Amino acid sequence: MSEIHPLSGAYAIDALDDVERARFERHLTECDDCLAEVQSLREAAGVLPESTAVAPPASLRDRVLADIDAVRPLPPAVTVVPLRPRRRVAALVAVAAALVAIGGVGATVWHPWSDESSETDLSATQRVLLAPDAETLTEELGDGATVKFTRSGSLNQAVVRVEGMAPAGPDRVYQLWLQHGNEMVSAGLMQPGADQLVLLDGDPSSASAFGITREPAGGSTKPTRPPVSLIELEQT
Amino acid sequence: MERIGPVSAGASSPKEASAPGANASDLLAALLKRSGRGDKAAFAELYDATSARVYGLAVRVVRDPAQAEEVAQEAYLEIWRGSARFDDTRGSAIAWILTIVHRKAVDRVRSAEASSRRDTTYQQKNTTVEHDTTADAAHASMEAHRVRSALTSLTAVQREALELAYFGGYTHTEVATLLDLPVGTAKTRIRDGLIRLRDTMGVPA
Repeated sequence: MSEIHPLSGAYAIDALDDVERARFERHLTECDDCLAEVQSLREAAGVLPESTAVAPPASLRDRVLADIDAVRPLPPAVTVVPLRPRRRVAALVAVAAALVAIGGVGATVWHPWSDESSETDLSATQRVLLAPDAETLTEELGDGATVKFTRSGSLNQAVVRVEGMAPAGPDRVYQLWLQHGNEMVSAGLMQPGADQLVLLDGDPSSASAFGITREPAGGSTKPTRPPVSLIELEQT
Repeated sequence: MERIGPVSAGASSPKEASAPGANASDLLAALLKRSGRGDKAAFAELYDATSARVYGLAVRVVRDPAQAEEVAQEAYLEIWRGSARFDDTRGSAIAWILTIVHRKAVDRVRSAEASSRRDTTYQQKNTTVEHDTTADAAHASMEAHRVRSALTSLTAVQREALELAYFGGYTHTEVATLLDLPVGTAKTRIRDGLIRLRDTMGVPA
């Protein structure tokens, strides 16, 4: 319990502003009482729409069922297993180095998003962002954060840019995932900080979705939490 | 602003009146579980059992029927995608579903405000809202009765704060300003109102 505790009701019904929401979500990672209370208050709020039920137009049903035809449900959350060594640092450096040769294309166009990004990373990410076949998909997270996923099929590389992300919480880290068939494959971890630009590990061209989850520090081999962000991809 | 009203008797559908309470809740949880395995027929059934509450909530919050349809459509896609992650030990299926819908609806009204502040033209599409509630509307008369009594258990000020926040999509700070309350009072009323609703409805705390 703490002074933040009374926000549980407003949190349960989405009545916090972005800043409070981020604070409260951080608090939730360490306060089981609040988590239980939020769940019970959401149950209570769930009766309110009993009073506003309205039949939707029949066409909505057709659209919803057409939508799901093209989408596979996410795999269930599974138990955490220890992380295998994962980051392809050498490969990443090689790619980045190769791209330095291509040079600071568009340096005037793109902002240096993050102090944490090294110059070589920036070049590699720029290369993806500026690729002729780069496609960008954006997801607005509810708390005001934005996730922009940019993929180049010709480079088979992808970059994710986040803005305004809430802190992952103590001993937590945001982990990036690419979905291949039934598997979510780790595509790296995000540095702490609200605004980040990250070059993904892995094979984005054949991925069917990109996701971000909040994982225990060090990352997980499989997502253990529901995704914070999830963007569907068309396979190229 | 419309009040959180008692559920009108006419809103109950005889078709679903036979499946109230725990059975209906188990059914939705089972349908979600099957959806998680890719069972589209189960999802269609889930849609039929929830669409009036989902769409009605979306309409109530975003007001514009065309946008409410978009909100409902997006929400259902998210529900389908996340169906295997629904955990029935942590809450009921309907609360899980409506939490997703509510969040999407609130996001929609807030981002609409943000873009109108940027002078973006916002084109209002007008579609007639059908008030003919046949599908799952107020899915059971027993349930409706419980909701009605739960709502009347709230004090007038709790109800006022709760409806502005939940149906109006306002933050608790905005609610406080709207009601000329000191900051901090609205969040307490919202929480107290929900707690009373929870306890009256017999939702496990």
